[in-house]
Amino acid sequence: MAGLRLEHLSKSFGATVAVRDVTLDVGDGEFLVLLGPSGCGKTTTLRMIAGFIAPTAGRVHLGGREITALPPWKRNAGIVFQSYALFPHLTVAENVAFGLEMRKLSKAEIAPKVAEALRLVRLDHLGERLPRQLSGGQQQRVALARALAIRPDVLLLDEPLSNLDAKLRETVRIEIRELQRQLGITTVMVTHDQEEALIMADRLVVMSEGEVKQVGTQRELYEQPANRFVAGFVGRSNFLAGTMVSPGRFETRGGVAISCAAGLTGPAVIALRPERLALGSAAGGLENHMQGTVELVSYLGASVDVHVRVSPADRIVVTQPNRVDARTPEEGERIDVGWPKGAAVVFPDDGTHAGA
Amino acid sequence: MNTLASIDRRILGRWAFSGAAGLTLGFILLPLFFVTWLAFFRQEIPAFPPDGYSLKWFWAIAKHDKFVQGFWLSLQVAIAAMVIGLALGVPAALCLARYRFFGREPLSSLLLLPLVVPGIVLGTSIYVFHVELTIATELPVIGSLAGLVAGHVLVVIPWCVRLVAASLAGVDRSVEEAAQSLGATPPVTFFRITLPTIRPGIVAAALFGFVVSFGNLEMTLFLVGVGRTTLPIAILQYLEWRIDPTIAAVSVLQILLIGAAMAVTDRFVKLSRVV
Repeated sequence: MAGLRLEHLSKSFGATVAVRDVTLDVGDGEFLVLLGPSGCGKTTTLRMIAGFIAPTAGRVHLGGREITALPPWKRNAGIVFQSYALFPHLTVAENVAFGLEMRKLSKAEIAPKVAEALRLVRLDHLGERLPRQLSGGQQQRVALARALAIRPDVLLLDEPLSNLDAKLRETVRIEIRELQRQLGITTVMVTHDQEEALIMADRLVVMSEGEVKQVGTQRELYEQPANRFVAGFVGRSNFLAGTMVSPGRFETRGGVAISCAAGLTGPAVIALRPERLALGSAAGGLENHMQGTVELVSYLGASVDVHVRVSPADRIVVTQPNRVDARTPEEGERIDVGWPKGAAVVFPDDGTHAGA
Repeated sequence: MNTLASIDRRILGRWAFSGAAGLTLGFILLPLFFVTWLAFFRQEIPAFPPDGYSLKWFWAIAKHDKFVQGFWLSLQVAIAAMVIGLALGVPAALCLARYRFFGREPLSSLLLLPLVVPGIVLGTSIYVFHVELTIATELPVIGSLAGLVAGHVLVVIPWCVRLVAASLAGVDRSVEEAAQSLGATPPVTFFRITLPTIRPGIVAAALFGFVVSFGNLEMTLFLVGVGRTTLPIAILQYLEWRIDPTIAAVSVLQILLIGAAMAVTDRFVKLSRVV
């Protein structure tokens, strides 16, 4: 077992910069998720850890030893691919045994290790099958067993769940998480699925356009997003553009005055989580409250989204839990919206409009 | 009313399709059928209806040295051409399928060219080349067995490259990456993972290479040396003087040989999946 460290890792393909100056520390036994939209550089980063892509600059350390120049076959990294990438001509047991054979272990040593790896993923009864005789979920578990059998220093998961159907995905991600914790294996997973990332990770790395936008736990990313991109990508946010007229006072373009806990001045964007906002009488006593018109009500089962226009330029979505006793506002109704000062996060307006 | 008409049209369509397929199949099989039938006629000059049936023409093959020698030479040349063609074609297909390099498209077309050039033209050009080579190097290239095999390798290569490249296209790159991450060096990855995965393509390439070489006549005519005769040439020479059913019997044996090769191959790989 070992920690992983990326130092100023960059990769350019010609003039295109795929990954820019990524520095990360993954602790021993930690589950780190690289999260971001497609093309954000997360897969390129993973492939540099695996050794399939040579970085343009920077270093990779695994278990205290520098592996930047090592080819994949000398790195001791277990990988699960999106397509599972099982060897189609070998049985399940032979697939799992492959990495052990490459380590020149004797047949007598290999057999119990294969059996153990297959038991971990609950496939010990299917060792003699060929991959094509298995379901997608089973193939995925074979791929996991194969990667784990070599006792890798780091486990790399490249969108491992995206080929499974939604129901199966829910159980498999819990299974992988529990297995990872039980084995205490350092793991890096790449995904674009926010929910999957939140459920599985110890810590998350949000990436966009080749850069790390923020590193943190689920709570840190959600409560203190470092920038507008993270606020929009992790969970949902209402964004109101405007100006910090003085420290603590924000005014939207539509002229709505908002008090907030931010010291900056100048053009800014304020981010509000829809479920942190209060409607109707509950809004009354809060530091910020204003009246608006309900323009749209979306019934989502567990919750209701209420779209409220508070000025000609500003519309706010409020998410309310769907309680039995709660009254759902009507479209066209005048209603109070409010939130405590601390619910708003303010970013200087850098002109980008990613996320939302 | 309308539904009835549409059902009628569907049935009609199915009949038309089956009819066309049947006619085409008949068109392909009819010559084989007549050749096989003819091989068992008793009389020397084929005429319908036959006077009776006999196996004597099959015995006649064995007594005709040219056929026996031709068969062995064809077999040797075809096997040699197939092996060398694979040795050259598999790496070529690998490069074409895996790497993007300058001149890849032209090279790909060039490797298919022997299929397009008529056999006579190919034979003439290779013969002229052999003559020039013999003059330049004073090595006995003209009419040599090596020269003959080299020519056959040329017509085998397009089949090898195409069939192997086609099956390589179906191999997921990450399968090879998975092998490498598990500790396999590139050569080990190739022999343990890539090669077995594309085995159906290679088997098909071997079979087609063999068949193409075994049956080649036009090009071979220019490349055989004195006293060296392949089976197709032996058949042609025999036909110049006689038209008795021995030829048909030889053809039947050839059909059986190739048919057997295909049947055996099909046991290992489903040919219909590759070709």
